Amino acid sequence: MNDKEKVPRKSTLRGFLGGRWVAIFLVLEIVFFMFKSQGFATVNSAQILLFYGTQVFLLAVAELFVVVTGGIDLSVGYILGFASIISIKIVDALVAAGLSVPASILAGTVATLVIGLVPGLVNGWLVAWLRVPPFIATFSMLGVCHGVSELVINGVYAMGMPQLAADIGNGNLLYKAPHLPFIFFRRPEVERGTPVLALIPNIVVAAAIVILIFAFVLRRTRFGRHLYAIGGSMDAAVRAGIPVRRRILQVYALSSFLASLAGVTYAFMYVSGKADAGASLLLDAIAAVMIGGASMFGGTGTVGRTMIGALVLAVLDLGLRMAGIATFDKYILVGAILVLAVIAARYLPEAQHPVSEDRK
Amino acid sequence: MADTASSTAAPVPSPLVRAAARNWSALFLILLFVAFGFAAPNFLSIQNIQSVVHLQTVPFLLAASETFVIITGGIDLSIGFVMGLCSVSAAEIVQLLAAKGLSGGTAVALASIAVLLLSLLPGLVNGVVITRFKVPPFIATLGMWGMANGLALKLCDGFPVAGLPDFLPRLGNGYLFYALPGNFVSLFDKPAGFPDARIRELWRLIPFSLPFIVAVLGFLAFRLSRTPFGRHTYAIGGSMDAAVRSGIDVDRHLVKVYVLSSFLAGVGGVFNVFQTGIGNYTTFNASYEFFAIAAVVIGGASLSGGKGRIFGSAVGVLVLAFLENGLDISGVQPFYRYIAVGVLLVVAVVIDKLFPDLL
Amino acid sequence: MNENASGYLLETREIVKRFGGLTAVDRVSVGVRPGEVLALVGDNGAGKSTLIKLISGVYKPDEGSLLVQGSDAHIESPRDALEAGIETIYQDLALAENLDVGANIFLGRERIKRRLGLFRVLDDAAMAEEAKSVLDRLDIRIPSLRSVIRTLSGGQRQAVAISRSIYWKAKVLVMDEPTAALGIAEQRKVLDLVRTLRDQGIGVIVISHQMYDVFEVADRIAVMRRGQLVGERLVRATDPDEIVGLIVGSETVTKR
Repeated sequence: MNDKEKVPRKSTLRGFLGGRWVAIFLVLEIVFFMFKSQGFATVNSAQILLFYGTQVFLLAVAELFVVVTGGIDLSVGYILGFASIISIKIVDALVAAGLSVPASILAGTVATLVIGLVPGLVNGWLVAWLRVPPFIATFSMLGVCHGVSELVINGVYAMGMPQLAADIGNGNLLYKAPHLPFIFFRRPEVERGTPVLALIPNIVVAAAIVILIFAFVLRRTRFGRHLYAIGGSMDAAVRAGIPVRRRILQVYALSSFLASLAGVTYAFMYVSGKADAGASLLLDAIAAVMIGGASMFGGTGTVGRTMIGALVLAVLDLGLRMAGIATFDKYILVGAILVLAVIAARYLPEAQHPVSEDRK
Repeated sequence: MADTASSTAAPVPSPLVRAAARNWSALFLILLFVAFGFAAPNFLSIQNIQSVVHLQTVPFLLAASETFVIITGGIDLSIGFVMGLCSVSAAEIVQLLAAKGLSGGTAVALASIAVLLLSLLPGLVNGVVITRFKVPPFIATLGMWGMANGLALKLCDGFPVAGLPDFLPRLGNGYLFYALPGNFVSLFDKPAGFPDARIRELWRLIPFSLPFIVAVLGFLAFRLSRTPFGRHTYAIGGSMDAAVRSGIDVDRHLVKVYVLSSFLAGVGGVFNVFQTGIGNYTTFNASYEFFAIAAVVIGGASLSGGKGRIFGSAVGVLVLAFLENGLDISGVQPFYRYIAVGVLLVVAVVIDKLFPDLL
Repeated sequence: MNENASGYLLETREIVKRFGGLTAVDRVSVGVRPGEVLALVGDNGAGKSTLIKLISGVYKPDEGSLLVQGSDAHIESPRDALEAGIETIYQDLALAENLDVGANIFLGRERIKRRLGLFRVLDDAAMAEEAKSVLDRLDIRIPSLRSVIRTLSGGQRQAVAISRSIYWKAKVLVMDEPTAALGIAEQRKVLDLVRTLRDQGIGVIVISHQMYDVFEVADRIAVMRRGQLVGERLVRATDPDEIVGLIVGSETVTKR
């Protein structure tokens, strides 16, 4: 086109706000629910929110990585379920074989995470080498994971993690009882009725560490840069010498890893494994990514924004529950918010290139 | 301009190969029949086949609706829940009308019409959001997926809606002919006074749903292949630019396609009430829309648009249905079914890439 | 307002198109007469494609007007342009790859017949026949009319695109880089076709980077730079150097 006359940045305030509308929406949402019900904005609620939202947060990050490359991963929900099941089975098997409980848990977790890479590797291979559209590839994998899960449990819920696992899963980093100093990991023995402050669930800590690592990887490493490039323009990425096929394989494996991790946390938290444990979380994960401003076509999105998107949903969930509104309404709201978020992303002055009149 | 030697067309494989590739799913279906016919004695029985086909009525409708949308290069993830919404709504309306004193038949008729009209709305919303607000179809219909589900659950408070007139399931599951071999044939209903104890001996032929679905699919196939509407649908999927520049009102057309899609889901919802006798919301696990999409892809459509046939999608539905049925009867675990579906999908994609110019 | 003194078949008057802060087409006034070939040249980003899209209805002008045979044609959509007799052949040909020759020629304007007085059905047979006759008229040979566009060569596709315009009795034919993707022999054929069309009284606007083609086939040349019309010359009164100079901007010029 012609020499680009500098597109005047709409008044800085609007530009600033427009780029951060999701965060603003989140704040407004929290304020709204604070008024709606007592006890919403407490440390306790915040912990509940983070604790029960762990799976969605992890799945959202998984989905983000794949979406950045312009793909989609529909199988994360069932990979979660699969992982929740086999983690329990493996740990139980190890304990039964005589391994000490802590070692079994550790080994079982590691084994699950390793096995959990397989669905992702298959996905990645299908997409990168066979050029199967991600939708189809991951949809097939969804079914396969479901089938394998059912096969493994033979119709019964997987249950029975050792107590230690349950303690870790439901325990917290810090405990404070009145008159006692802060204690790590172990709930202090007190007389009945003494209030004990429980801070920072273990699972949340673990998930946070993982998510921070992944955020770093996406933003600051060459690997992450490559992912954005692939999503932005596959052609350009290929010509720039980026090993596109390998990256795609890696990104789906990564997504699968995170989903398996989510499954492991599920097993620790609920001490049971279900094939469809993650089925309903897929919508939330994708919604979180979209609300966080990533584009379906790839090339944009950050972990931070995705987490805000996930928080928007988690706050919505908790807020509705505390206000006594039926969770059915939640689906309606999530659907509407998802669409509105995408529309808003288009119209708000975040990007600076001139609006073109391309169709589609 | 003479046909130049600089033609970039790839060497054309023989017509036989092309025909086989085009109809691979039908060939596979035949293979399935042969394989399961040997593996399980009951598989090839008239009763079994009819019952499977009958149960696929709603999936047929959903696959047909998805066919149109996918040919335009889009996707509709909301049809499963729209169907559930319509099923629940229809049941609720019937209850409402019956409570007001209307006869069962009238209530059902009115409710059906009302719901069919209402079913146009989700598609309209989808279409407008996609064309006017340029939201990608995946997201737009995912949003509707959530909204329709939420609405359905709200309407029925999480419970299927029961208390509907008795004749509904009889009508929905009725057969045209009831015959006692060597004895007599009765139409539309089992003979009056026929002892229930002997019910097994009665042969049922041609469920009502069969002519219904054949008519609907036939009409849709006609629409797709022989009318300007269908031609434009393919054009939009093949090259949106070409469609726009040929003067086709692409936005309006896309809205029509999504409205058609949700309408067919509505028809499915109403039929669902007839079939089960209650209003059912769609559960998360049902994955109706995913199986519809899988059927369409197995039937030869491409997710990038421009290809697909109603006949192909119908075959896709049958392949998935008989695969499940056959495995079930043979006592094979569900695990293998999912693997089979996954493999079929990949095969479909590979064939699509090998023969890109098959329509 | 019917002063058609200049005899223009199609004319733009002070037409303007902006995108955000960018003025892609800046008060351009240019026209083509019946039986004339106007070449539109300019460097990348000069605004040629945008001007073409304004003429063919894909874009709506922000200011200025489009006149067909002297009167204001309110062209607001591709359909309006087609109805005004303006046919456009784009660089990417805008053919539907998944449809056959006949379907493409009639895309958007299909022939229908009525079955049972109720249903509008595509009259494929009639369309195939007409397609054959127009291809024959232009001496274009395509082995099977039923083959899908995707299987045809670049030259054959160009031929189909041109045939489409002929069939619809274009008054004005706009061609965007018609010879770009073609081999030498096919390029000659296309240029011959352009001459044939001109001789039939059609006004042809050709965008081209190929100076050779321009001087081969055009009657007048209009040069654009940075959205503005910086010069118009009769082909027989100029030479490639001058045109290149105008394109690149090494001379200051007065219009016309």
